[in-house]
Amino acid sequence: MKKCFTCIVCPLGCDLEVTLENDKVVSVTGNTCPRGKVYAETECTSPTRTITSTIKCEDGSLVCVKTDRPIAKDKIFECMKIINAKKACLPINIGDVIIEDVFGANIVATSNAK
Amino acid sequence: MYDVAVIGAGVTGGLIARTLSAYDLKIVILEKENDVAMGATKANSAIVHAGFDAKEGSNKAKFNVLGSKMMAKVCAQLGVKYKNNGSLVIGFNEEDEKTVKELYERGIKNGVERLEILDKEGVKKIEPNISDNVTCALYAPTGAIVCPYELTVAAIGNAMDNGAELKRNFKVLSITKKDDSYEIKSENEKVFAKYVVNAAGLFADEIASMVGDNSFKIHPRRGEYILLDKECGSIVSHTIFRTPSKMGKGILVSPTVDGNLLTGPTSVDMEDKNDNTTTSEGFSKIIKETLEDVPSVPFNKSITSFCGLRAASDIGDFIINSPKENFINVAGIESPGLTSAPAIGLHIADMLKELGLTLNKKENYNPERKPMHYFKEASIEEKNEIIKKDKSFGKIICRCETVTEGEIKEAIRTNPKPLDLDGVKRRTRAQMGRCQGGFCMPYIVELLAKELGIKYEEVTKMGGNSLVNVSKTKEDK
Amino acid sequence: MTDLVIIGGGPAGMSAAVAAYESGIKDILILERDSSLGGILQQCIHNGFGLHKFKEELTGPEYAWKYEKRVRELNIPFKLNTMVLDISKDKVITATNEDEGIIKIEAKAIILAMGCRERPKGALNIAGTRPAGIFSAGTAQKFVNMKGYMPGKEVVILGSGDIGLIMARRMTLEGARVKAVCELMPYSGGLARNIQQCLNDFDIPLKLSHTVVEIHGKERLEGVTIAKVDENRRPIEETKEFIKCDTLLLSVGLIPENELTLSAGIGLDRITNGAKVDQGRQTEIEGIFACGNVLHVHDLVDFVSEEAEIAGISAADYILGKSKEKVNVTLKTDGKIRYTVPQIITENKDCKVYFRVADVYKNCKVKVLKDGEEVYSKKKVKVAPGEMETVTVTKDMILGAKELEFMLEV
Repeated sequence: MKKCFTCIVCPLGCDLEVTLENDKVVSVTGNTCPRGKVYAETECTSPTRTITSTIKCEDGSLVCVKTDRPIAKDKIFECMKIINAKKACLPINIGDVIIEDVFGANIVATSNAK
Repeated sequence: MYDVAVIGAGVTGGLIARTLSAYDLKIVILEKENDVAMGATKANSAIVHAGFDAKEGSNKAKFNVLGSKMMAKVCAQLGVKYKNNGSLVIGFNEEDEKTVKELYERGIKNGVERLEILDKEGVKKIEPNISDNVTCALYAPTGAIVCPYELTVAAIGNAMDNGAELKRNFKVLSITKKDDSYEIKSENEKVFAKYVVNAAGLFADEIASMVGDNSFKIHPRRGEYILLDKECGSIVSHTIFRTPSKMGKGILVSPTVDGNLLTGPTSVDMEDKNDNTTTSEGFSKIIKETLEDVPSVPFNKSITSFCGLRAASDIGDFIINSPKENFINVAGIESPGLTSAPAIGLHIADMLKELGLTLNKKENYNPERKPMHYFKEASIEEKNEIIKKDKSFGKIICRCETVTEGEIKEAIRTNPKPLDLDGVKRRTRAQMGRCQGGFCMPYIVELLAKELGIKYEEVTKMGGNSLVNVSKTKEDK
Repeated sequence: MTDLVIIGGGPAGMSAAVAAYESGIKDILILERDSSLGGILQQCIHNGFGLHKFKEELTGPEYAWKYEKRVRELNIPFKLNTMVLDISKDKVITATNEDEGIIKIEAKAIILAMGCRERPKGALNIAGTRPAGIFSAGTAQKFVNMKGYMPGKEVVILGSGDIGLIMARRMTLEGARVKAVCELMPYSGGLARNIQQCLNDFDIPLKLSHTVVEIHGKERLEGVTIAKVDENRRPIEETKEFIKCDTLLLSVGLIPENELTLSAGIGLDRITNGAKVDQGRQTEIEGIFACGNVLHVHDLVDFVSEEAEIAGISAADYILGKSKEKVNVTLKTDGKIRYTVPQIITENKDCKVYFRVADVYKNCKVKVLKDGEEVYSKKKVKVAPGEMETVTVTKDMILGAKELEFMLEV
């Protein structure tokens, strides 16, 4: 079986073609870099995504956050629920962990807040 | 108990209220919308007509010529921008030339001053961008432009500064004659007034029929417009009309007092008084006819389009009468209604006097109002003086029209206070530039919420259910 | 007199400032109209920035912070909440802020880095009503990401530019339902990866060759009528379809914000809507430079930074009076290639030329002709208007040339 999709690793957006046999990746074409191949394999077996959003601070302002590594794609909305329920304490610096271990990733601040 | 209730806060009602506010009277203005100037006043050609158009002897002709002569002074008193740019009615063939001549003669009879007929060279000399196909034009140096909602806001603000009251979201549902007054009811309020002036625009027939006057009908006439970027504001300097023909009056091309270029209107009779939608046919017509008149108008520089509904009556002329005791109709005020408004204001004061209302000049009456755009026109030294007193005048909120936070805050605190985003826009021009609020809208929402003491998510675009934001993110559920 | 004044403290302005500083100019002032440095990046909280520049995937605020930190380390002065009102030909800047009022600053050199703005709805003349609920995608982005408010719950997006695609995902993550993204053209204006991760991931339909033909709703938006368009981009009557929604987001293009450029008397390139510049990003007025989205709209901030460095370095060279080997080469395009930046080359050294194509072309060749003679040719599998391309023009290609023509062989 062949699967075609767009690589999201970088802005190049290569058109990838993956050949699968018994749910196993046999070959990947169309990628321009090795990261594309890795992406294609993950995408076919257990797709993941980085989530970015905001978290409310105790004073009502917002701080920007992201998952520090991609999480399982089917956990996106559960992850958002956890993000939405959190109130962060100030001050916050870029890189601070706001929530630990959400589906295997930490939620870290991507903006500063005083 | 009020002495006079004016129904409708459009330009007509506004200038009536302002005229009356010079006298010792208790005045109330009743408006069904969240702001003033929300009907035909909001969306029209913004022209002070010279007065050659209306048939001699008509109300339209009389008030047009009078109003045109009054307008400059009224605008100066109210601090409203007014520009005497002159107008041209351009013709392309022999038939047009005949009509131009007729208009010229009618204008003379109506008392329009300094009219002139130009030949092709004459036209091209003062308006080089007009089509080479032009053969003649009627030139009216007294033609002018004004911003209709700015005028109305200022007139009503001035009336309020002189004691008049404004009640918004007051949709009149019934008017009942009591012994010595009328009882005017809305859904949740009632007011009593000895005299009622019906300046309800599109809805004037419905208001009249509440007191049993069914002598006229108002039907809406759609007029669509396209407004272009300030970059295009000097393509023409005069207001350019087409020669009216069997096909109607056609569209006009005109600079606005704020420096944009306005094209339109279409003219389509409608049924629904609430249907102010624009149409793709309308846009096509405006673009086609504009380009026939002024071929270089770049429509890719349009910044907005809108539609106004003119209050046309089945009588064909302005209806200014008193069908019932102490009740005055000012209805069917279509073009040249804007021009006529100051003159109609004076006339209504006279009518009320004849009906027995005592008009005593107010001792402390102030006909003047601080210009809304004073900061913009100040010198750098003057601006710095203002910023020293209130530093928010140093902070630009609207980048396209260079509007400061100070100007917006001041507008929100000035009669008649704007209660929504569009209200701020009409008073300050913030959000009215080429990005149409793209950058500044979130800031203005914040300023409005703070000044009005409401929540961020309660701020509306134009009252009612026109919420800008529907909820908070991260809402506790 | 200030050596170098930079108008705009976004990615272009900061990068130019750092580059100029590192090239020996210490007397620099950045003027920023917002309350923080970073420009539009502050509201672009999604990731995908910095892969070229930093070899890592950053969010907008993180990318901006990398430069802001550098600006702070170098003690490069900046004024926030300061809006420039006017620039004169002789490089006098008039600006305003709350604390100083209206000020005048004389500069030896100026770098224009004001960025761009979104095209508003008015430019489209969509028929119908004018209710609340219609926003440019960037305005919605500001409401959601910076202010914490949802402009609506049921969304249709017109235009498939990157901001529109990004907002489709953002609104979805924050609980809204995005019903469709309509794109007038037969291809998307956004990056392919964004179509994948912002639309496909959430089953949001992308309707190519579709537009919004009518807006419904009196006070708040109640729905839109969309329709397929024919090859002349005219709506096809039979394909009209009503979609119920309370929000319409527009992502229909960006326009460089060049009011100040014009106020200085600098003319604009009709295609880029930015100033015409040489390889050092100097405009037609000596000592006034331009870079970033005010010059031409970029799709990646990494390229903005790169371009701003060029402007920063050449502004420093100009202030220091460095001499250069002068040439005068005009860059021409064939139409399939819409524009190049720079538009002229005045110095004989290797020069990276950025360009954009007019349509999607597959299996084509990018060629450069030196006064009619081919001096460069490269095969491309696919080029698209949404993705900027580059060619490095070498000294050899420049030497003795009057004109270099950039063309696409399809």
